[in-house]
Parts: sequence; C-alpha cells; structure tokens
Amino acid sequence: MNRAGPYLLRGLVIFWVTWLVVLPVSAVLIRAFADGPAAFVEAIANRTALDALWLSTWTAAIATAINTVTGTAIAWALVRWEFPGRPLLAALVDLPLAIPTLVAGLVIVALFGPQSLVGGALADAGLPIAFARPGIVLALLLVTLPFVVRAVEPVLAELDPAEEEAAVMLGANRRTVFLRVLLPPILPAVAAGAVQTFARSVAEFGSIVAVSGNIAHKTLTAPVYVLGEIEGGNPAGAAAVSVVLLGFAVVLHPLARMLAMRAGGRK
Amino acid sequence: MSIVVSNLQKSFAGTRVLDDVSFDVKSGELVGVLGPSGGGKSTILRIIAGLDTADGGEVWLDGKRVDNLHARDREVGFVFQHYALFRHMTVSDNVGFGLDVRDEPRDKRDARVAHLLDLMGLAGLGDRYPSQLSGGQRQRVALARALAPEPKLLLLDEPFGAVDAKVREELRRWLRKLHDEVHTTSIFVTHDQDEAFSVSDRVIVMQKGRIEQIGTPVQILDHPSTEFVTRFVGDVNVLEGTVKNGHAEVGPLTGPLIDAIPDGPARIVVRSYDLKFWREDPGSATVKRMVPLGDRVRVDALTDQGSPLFAYFPRRSSLLDGIETGCRIHVEITLARAWPA
Repeated sequence: MNRAGPYLLRGLVIFWVTWLVVLPVSAVLIRAFADGPAAFVEAIANRTALDALWLSTWTAAIATAINTVTGTAIAWALVRWEFPGRPLLAALVDLPLAIPTLVAGLVIVALFGPQSLVGGALADAGLPIAFARPGIVLALLLVTLPFVVRAVEPVLAELDPAEEEAAVMLGANRRTVFLRVLLPPILPAVAAGAVQTFARSVAEFGSIVAVSGNIAHKTLTAPVYVLGEIEGGNPAGAAAVSVVLLGFAVVLHPLARMLAMRAGGRK
Repeated sequence: MSIVVSNLQKSFAGTRVLDDVSFDVKSGELVGVLGPSGGGKSTILRIIAGLDTADGGEVWLDGKRVDNLHARDREVGFVFQHYALFRHMTVSDNVGFGLDVRDEPRDKRDARVAHLLDLMGLAGLGDRYPSQLSGGQRQRVALARALAPEPKLLLLDEPFGAVDAKVREELRRWLRKLHDEVHTTSIFVTHDQDEAFSVSDRVIVMQKGRIEQIGTPVQILDHPSTEFVTRFVGDVNVLEGTVKNGHAEVGPLTGPLIDAIPDGPARIVVRSYDLKFWREDPGSATVKRMVPLGDRVRVDALTDQGSPLFAYFPRRSSLLDGIETGCRIHVEITLARAWPA
C-alpha cells in the first residue's frame, strides 16, 4: 500500500484550507485586536455599531421564527400533498438560492417601495416597508426561505404516514398527533434549518443594502455597517464588528451541522 | 363487537377497488380476508377503521352506523402492515400511547403496559427502541400497542407479511392462541392461504374488489363456490376436458365430479392431492421429475395428450412404490371439479 499518496493529499488539503480560510480569518482577528483589547472594545462600543449588531440580531430572530414555522409547513405540503403545481412550488422555494441577493432586495423595493402601488398604500397607512425595518425582515424572509424547507423535507419524506394513522387509531387528536408523533422525529431537522436561517440572516448583506435605506441607528445592519466603516476609512471599526459576525458564524455553523447530522442519522 | 358491512363501493382514481362488498362478523369471531395482492382487502379494513371513506355502502359496528364517526372515536385497534411503530418512542411508550391519550393514571397505565409486554413475550424489552428489535418482536409490539386501550375490534393488515417464514408460522399460532384468550373480535387480511386457514374461524375470499366466497376453512376447501376460489385455494391442476354424465374426462383419464355440471366442454380442476399415480406400462403419462420436500414428495408428470400434472404424496407412502423419474404411469383422478369452458 502506498501511504505517501494519502499523506501528500492530506498535506495539500490542510495547506489549501489554511491559506484560504484560516489565514484571512486570523488576519481580521489580528487587525481587530492589533491595538489591544481596550481598543477593540472601544471600536465596538459606539452606539452606531451596537445598534447595527442589535438590529441584525433581532431582525434575524424574527425572520427565523417566521420561516421556521412556514418552512416546516411548506415542507409538509411538498411531501404529503399531491397537487398539480407541486414541482413548480418546489422550484419557487429554491429560487432565492439562485437569484443574486441584491436582486432579491430590488424585487422587494419594486413591490413595496414608496413609489409602488402596494408600498405607497402601506406607507400612507403608516406602515412603510422598503427603507424601513419591515423591509429588512421581508428581505431576510425571502432570502432564507429555502433553508428550513430543504432541511425538513427529506426527513419528513422518510416518516411513514401510517405512524400518524396509528396514533389516530389509538385515539389521538390532531394536536397530540402533531406534538407527540410528527414533531419529535423532525425536530432536529427543524432546528438545523432554523440555525442555518439565523446564521444566514445575521450575515445577510446584498438584499438588505438594497432594501433598508441604511440609516444609522434605524435601518443600518451589522454587515452594512462593516462596509460603511471600510469606505469611511475606519478599518479598525470594520474589523471589530466583523469579529462579532465571525463569532456568530463560528458558533452557529457547527451547531447547524451537528443538528443536521442528528436529523439524518435517525432511523 | 359485531360488524355489518353492506354494499361497500370504493374507487381510486377511476379504478374500482371495492365492488358491492357485504359481509358480517359475529362478536368474538376471528375472520380472515384472503385474496391476491391488490384485491381491495386492505381497503375494507381501512374503511371499517375510518381511515378511508367509502364511495357508497354502510358500516355498522355493534348495531350503530359509523360512517360519520371519526376513526379516533371508533374504539378500533389497527395493526399496520409495516408495524408503523413510533420510532422515537421506547417499546413501553409505544404500547402506552393509547393509554396516555386517554389520560389513564400512571400506575394503571404502567401495570397494563407491563401486563401486555408479558403477554406478548416482550418482557424486559420495554426500554428498547423499535430499531433495536427483530421483525417478529416489532410485530408483537404493534399488536400490544393496538390491544392496550382494549379495543372492541382488532383489524390486522397483512400482519405477518414482513417477517420470514419461520417467524410467521410461530406468530400465526400465537395470534390464534391470543384470540382464544382475549376474544377480541378480529379481522385480518392476508394473501397467504395457509395463514387464512390456520388462524381464522371464517374466511372471506376476495378477488378484484368482489367477494367470491365466505365460509369456514373446510367449506372453502371442500366446496369452493367459484372457479376462482377453486383455483386460488390449494395447489391445483387445470386441464381442458369434457363433462359427460357427471364425470370429468381428460383424454383417457376420467374422474368423479364433486359438484355436477351439464355435459359439454369444461375446464377440469384437480387438486394436487386428488390424484393417484401408479407404475404401469404402457400407462397414460410419463414421470418427469420427483422433488423431495421434507415430509412430502412432489411428482411432476406429463400426460400423452401433453398436459402437465403434479401431485403430492407422503414421503414414505406406498403410492410412490416403483415410481421414478422417466417411468410410465397410470393416472387416476379421484375427485375433480369442473367449470364450463
């Protein structure tokens, strides 16, 4: 057996991932902490940065909550119901993955912008969507639509509908069937999809830049703030917020992976 | 629970699955529904259970019409073909599910679960998950789960279809024993005639959505009422021949008919155990093959008219004396049934 081949390959893989991922991430970390922890805290502890991080967090949380419920329902419809438009619906759910996120943002502005019929009417009624916080949530909902659906669908497809029928025959009502029979096996998949949705929402840039108006303290999210700081000649501030966003990613992505493995690993 | 099913009709996507199906089951009876796969057997169970709705006809349970009663309120136990155990629950929680749903007190619930696991030979397996059990064990968990809320009626859909032959044999004997102890009115569906005959008080034979015959195993074996039943039940030889004066004639072979039909061309159906072979030259047929099958021997022969025949004989039977592959034999039909061609 030739052991050198695998060793060489392993070395190449480690080298490749190192220069592509580890080095740039380290560079940002070094940049952020170059002037010591105090400077890092100072860079992040300004109102604009904190507001941006908080806005990114809560809009992501709302989008995640909504898309977790609707995504599970859509996955259910795709798996359990035979209807004429099913393949089309499946394709539409995937569409946000295919369109550039900036375009996704523009799509929302086109429909809900102050100049548009719908957006104008809503703005007149005191509920502006585009260039306001609801627009951010809407953009996140659109861009992250596929995550929960795609996480839950394969697990749901493996469930035997006879399990639900068995529960009914044993006297269970709809609520009990859902809570005790249907939900537990798909819960890890739902959680995996939710974590993915949240991670992606916190990091989302393209669609928000188009839709939010980017007003500091109001509609400026963390990723957009980073861009502003880079353009405004404050690389230390950009690096500091980037480190927080990296922190989200480093925690959330392995969590999503772990949950997804649990979801798929069940028999 | 007594059951009356009358004039059930059901179609799926334009295909008729049940065509005017009527029968009744007495309280405490164990009835087998037998027929080829895709004959509508499972649909009957699902309609009685309330999992499917009939296009027409009525279902009465204990003298009450239940067509508009929800499945969960029918107090019917159902054992699914592939068990349908809750995979994320332990064996105990599976069996206890129907009791939990009824808010049974914890101690009563636990006692009932323990009793059922004991009854099913599953003691000690309560903490396992379904994926850690063998097929036969899963089937028994499914049965225990269905019996836990003490249903008045138990429906079993191909209950032993997914386990291997030896376990199946064991489960059959065991289901009959269980029924003799618990007396829950039961209907089970199978495509396996041995299963239907060895377990049931009465058998309903179905084909293509219609009932062909209802009767005890002996009635169905000895007096099949249609050609389908005759050919489906038991191993049979089907020969082209004629009926003359109440006798079947196939070339030089003749035999008495169990139920007479008018003279004329007919399909003659002879059970594999209603034939006698003995060595004779010139004779009327040639032995092609002898297949030992444990306690029996299957003899394949070809008549001089070109019809293949087969018969089973006990392994040590004197009927087999001198019979070997390639020898000439005389064939006697001891009993035949005939259907006009």
